[in-house]
Amino acid sequence: MTQERLLSVRDLSLEVVHRGVEVVKKVSFDIEPGEIFGIVGESGSGKSLATRAIISLLPPAIKVTGGQVTFKGRDVLSMSEAGLRELRGAEIGLVFQEPMTSLNPSMTIGRQLEEGLTLHTNMPPATRRERILAMLQRVGIRDPEGALSAYPHEFSGGMRQRIMLASVMLLKPALLIADEPTTALDAVIQRDVMELMVELTKAEGTAVLLISHDLPMVARYTSRIVVMEKGSLVEQGTTEQILEKPQHPYTRKLLSSLPIRGDVRPIDTVSAPMISARNIVVDYPGRKSLFKKAVPKRALHGVSVDIQAGEVVALVGGSGSGKTTLGRTIAGLVNQSSGDILFQGRERSADWRDYRLNCQMVFQDPYSSLDPRMTILALVEEALRLVPNIDRAAKKKRAYETLEEVGLGTEYALRYPHELSGGQRQRVAIARAIARRPKFLIADEPVSALDVTVRAQVLTLFSDLQKRYGFSCLFISHDLGVVEQVADRVIVMQDGRIIEQGDRNTIFDKPKEAYTRRLLSAIPALDLNENGGVKLKWRLEA
Amino acid sequence: MKNYTFNGLIGGVLIALLLAVALLGLFWTPYDPMKLSFTARLAAPSAEHWLGTDEFGRDVLSRLIVGARASVWIGFLTVSLAAIAGTLIGLVSGYARGWVDAVIMAVNNALLAFPGILLALGLLAVFGANQYGIIFALGIAYTPSMARVVRGAVLSLREREFIEASKIMGNSELFTMMRHILPNCLAPITVLATSMFGWAILSESALSFLGLGVPPPAPTWGNMLAAGRPFIEQAVWLGLFPGLCIALTLLGINLLGDALRDKLDPRMRGLK
Amino acid sequence: MLRFILNRLFMALPTVVIVSITVFALIRFIPGDPAALMLGDMAEPAQIAEMRSELGLDKSLPEQFLIWGGNVLTGDFGKSIVSGEPVLKLVVSHFAVSAQIVLVAVFLASLIAVPAGVIAAWRQNSLTDLALVGTATVLLSIPTFWLGLLLLLFFGLKLGWLPVLGYVSIGDNLVGGLLYLVLPVMTLVIHEMGVLIRMARASTLEVLRLDYITHARAKGLSESAVLWKHAFKNAFGPTWTMIGLILGNLLGGIAVIETVFTIPGLGRLMVDAIFQRDYPVIQGCLLFVALSYVLVNLIVDLLYPLFDPRVVAE
Repeated sequence: MTQERLLSVRDLSLEVVHRGVEVVKKVSFDIEPGEIFGIVGESGSGKSLATRAIISLLPPAIKVTGGQVTFKGRDVLSMSEAGLRELRGAEIGLVFQEPMTSLNPSMTIGRQLEEGLTLHTNMPPATRRERILAMLQRVGIRDPEGALSAYPHEFSGGMRQRIMLASVMLLKPALLIADEPTTALDAVIQRDVMELMVELTKAEGTAVLLISHDLPMVARYTSRIVVMEKGSLVEQGTTEQILEKPQHPYTRKLLSSLPIRGDVRPIDTVSAPMISARNIVVDYPGRKSLFKKAVPKRALHGVSVDIQAGEVVALVGGSGSGKTTLGRTIAGLVNQSSGDILFQGRERSADWRDYRLNCQMVFQDPYSSLDPRMTILALVEEALRLVPNIDRAAKKKRAYETLEEVGLGTEYALRYPHELSGGQRQRVAIARAIARRPKFLIADEPVSALDVTVRAQVLTLFSDLQKRYGFSCLFISHDLGVVEQVADRVIVMQDGRIIEQGDRNTIFDKPKEAYTRRLLSAIPALDLNENGGVKLKWRLEA
Repeated sequence: MKNYTFNGLIGGVLIALLLAVALLGLFWTPYDPMKLSFTARLAAPSAEHWLGTDEFGRDVLSRLIVGARASVWIGFLTVSLAAIAGTLIGLVSGYARGWVDAVIMAVNNALLAFPGILLALGLLAVFGANQYGIIFALGIAYTPSMARVVRGAVLSLREREFIEASKIMGNSELFTMMRHILPNCLAPITVLATSMFGWAILSESALSFLGLGVPPPAPTWGNMLAAGRPFIEQAVWLGLFPGLCIALTLLGINLLGDALRDKLDPRMRGLK
Repeated sequence: MLRFILNRLFMALPTVVIVSITVFALIRFIPGDPAALMLGDMAEPAQIAEMRSELGLDKSLPEQFLIWGGNVLTGDFGKSIVSGEPVLKLVVSHFAVSAQIVLVAVFLASLIAVPAGVIAAWRQNSLTDLALVGTATVLLSIPTFWLGLLLLLFFGLKLGWLPVLGYVSIGDNLVGGLLYLVLPVMTLVIHEMGVLIRMARASTLEVLRLDYITHARAKGLSESAVLWKHAFKNAFGPTWTMIGLILGNLLGGIAVIETVFTIPGLGRLMVDAIFQRDYPVIQGCLLFVALSYVLVNLIVDLLYPLFDPRVVAE
């Protein structure tokens, strides 16, 4: 060993107090100075808790039941509270997932940044100020002077995450723990923040412990990875080993769950489109107040979309691109200010009842899209309430059949949504949408709230059902990987306008617009190998 | 968590006891609560009169039992009135939105600007100081709080995706309201109604204590306290027991209310 | 910031108007003819008619409202039917007595209860927490008039430390006046502590769950710095609003305390007016308390940005 090991975790075990449930089981790993090290796992894998234990910041309900954490040769778990406080911030920094709640809303940025410096250094106030301004400049805050006296709510999520990074890196810690640091951000911003983090830590020689569910993202920046499942560490190795020669079945499962390009399918483009939205303009009323006129905010600037029978069209873009608004307008949840929506060549308002029977929707959040007071069976049956010409018994039968089709047996029929997992709930939402055999389905981020492996299963289910029933689909997603797997055609939106569209392979292989390229640069192309592993190829940026 | 269910149990037992006593009072009391006895005036608690007698020689325990009945009855009617009227107003307001909502809410907020039992006092001047005057005065005074809570629940539920899903299924607004929104409002309504039951009992006894409530000789806990006040030095029990009854009832309701809130609050449910 | 202030001011306006209409309407609903009542049983119909026109009762209701509203704006709340004194003067002098009790009580209760609530939250589920919450729930459940009676019995009658009956204004006799205030203030403090401890605890718990608290700890800040510099300020907002509500509620419900301790305050004035059917006084009290409640809440709202700068932006 040429240099002292930075962090060593040995047989760390954590337990929920009083219940005796082990949430982390004998986890061991080491981090060398200056390296970027990744922990990958799905929710419930214990990855966040294991890393919180490193600086003894576990929630009160969790306690360490065994193992050792050694940081720079010092045993962290036996340290006094005072000793830990000297370590926290100065030697080990922590960056969180949710930029909206990780800065104190009632304290100015300047004071929040200064706190750490005052605590851990003897700098005079003028030097502290200089340091803070320089750091804010470095993380890309346009007006550092102004930012000092500003409050967090005056910044966007991406900017807050930069400020968070600035706050942590000001003290030049030896280790930075980044817990899903970009998960809450838009794809394009995600990339910028990650690059910034890598650049800053490299400059200071800070090691990074990167925790995420997003295996390709972690693989892109790290040299070594450990994979965790249900509290246990199942595999560790260099990033290349993990990706290309996975040993553990769970690692293989994670890798095989990564979305991969689907087949090219023939689409009937001659007949009239199933759905045709023409020049849709949507204005949201501005906020009215006594001293401000309500200025309407234009969300869509005349957007046109055609969707053919049996076609899956993906709508992609960042937040604020208008993709969700377009979907909701076509669904009839938002009224357009102008523009027409035709269903099978006829203005949809000519027969709303028919349109409602044939146009269904799957929402993003399976926790909020199911009425918590209804059973699974009742939820699916309700979708059939207005379907003409089938009697009660037939409706019940159809509901059971549909549940079966989405992989939920009769034992689920009488349960309530809160008794189901996220993936199961999304299956119920899909069952509800397809129960009446719609000709057209709108899916608004249907898998983005799900874990990687569950996401893969739900996507497969979705594709199977789509093939079986042949409904057209508008698939709204910020995740281009998912889109590459399911879409026949892709429409890219930005600021309420369509900036590029075309069949999937063209968009993914020969994107024209710079924005599309930036979106694509955030996701890898996968080459599967015979070991059950993959090689990631990152698409070049414009 | 464990603690709260334990507290909820205590609260439940206290309230069950109250209801049982109130029910008992319909059929039986140890003595006639109205019967005067000049030989047994201000008698201290004894085997004969467990909680003593008042200045007219009436049995305190019997009067407390009958008082429980009055409290429960007034509380029940007040809460029913406020819950039904408030829920209706809240539903209409949250459902209609636009100017209907704006007008209803402006009036509602103005009524909420009368603090505490002030509005009830004003209304009592209109309805007259008696049992039904109190019920109407308190019921009307509490309605705006219920309306605001229900409207808030309706508005937040309207944003939820399952309400949009109902719309997508082609359900009418009215159907969605009755099938999805109202049932999901029941939790906050129950929690508030529980607290209101407590407020009503407290306010009734406060008003009776002021002499603006149920007039003597009919016993309520509040007017018993008021009547016993001048004799409190010689007869501590006259000041002690009616107040203790009110306090235990309120304690029961508060404990039960906390437990209900923890159980019904969706945010808590997510944590389990 | 200016927009925020103006916005809040104008939002209070419709409330003030509707409150006034409600108070006016309420009095009109009271059964009985004020003119007949003022003149007593022996009045001739002609006298009553004359009185009615003098009081403006023969005009239409909207006209009456406008006249009344105009008078109120110029500070003329009418005269008491019983004593003939100007209502405004009566209301203000009695209000001063009630307000000093309520303000001192709420201030003291907040001073003790808020830190206690924060500490209970910080030590959630510990013995300290359980004891504090348990005590708070019990305190909250004791009706003030009973508590007042018990305190009176103990400190006044049994120990004889404090005066039992009557009232002396602080202005007339500082020490003597203060002695009369001790028990009513103590009663209110004990009761409101129950409310405030629970409120402060609940809002602190909400805040302690958030990432920025962990971030503050991860910076290496001590627990007391985390609690008071980061958690407290953010958690105080809801409690601050609650303090405003309590102030108003006490003003509205002070009558019982004033009855227990025989204090000539606003509550007692109104209750007596109800007994005597002294409409102008009832009307004046209702309007005065409701409007001061609106004012208190307005001040609370305007100061809220001190604890949470986000509200200005909304």
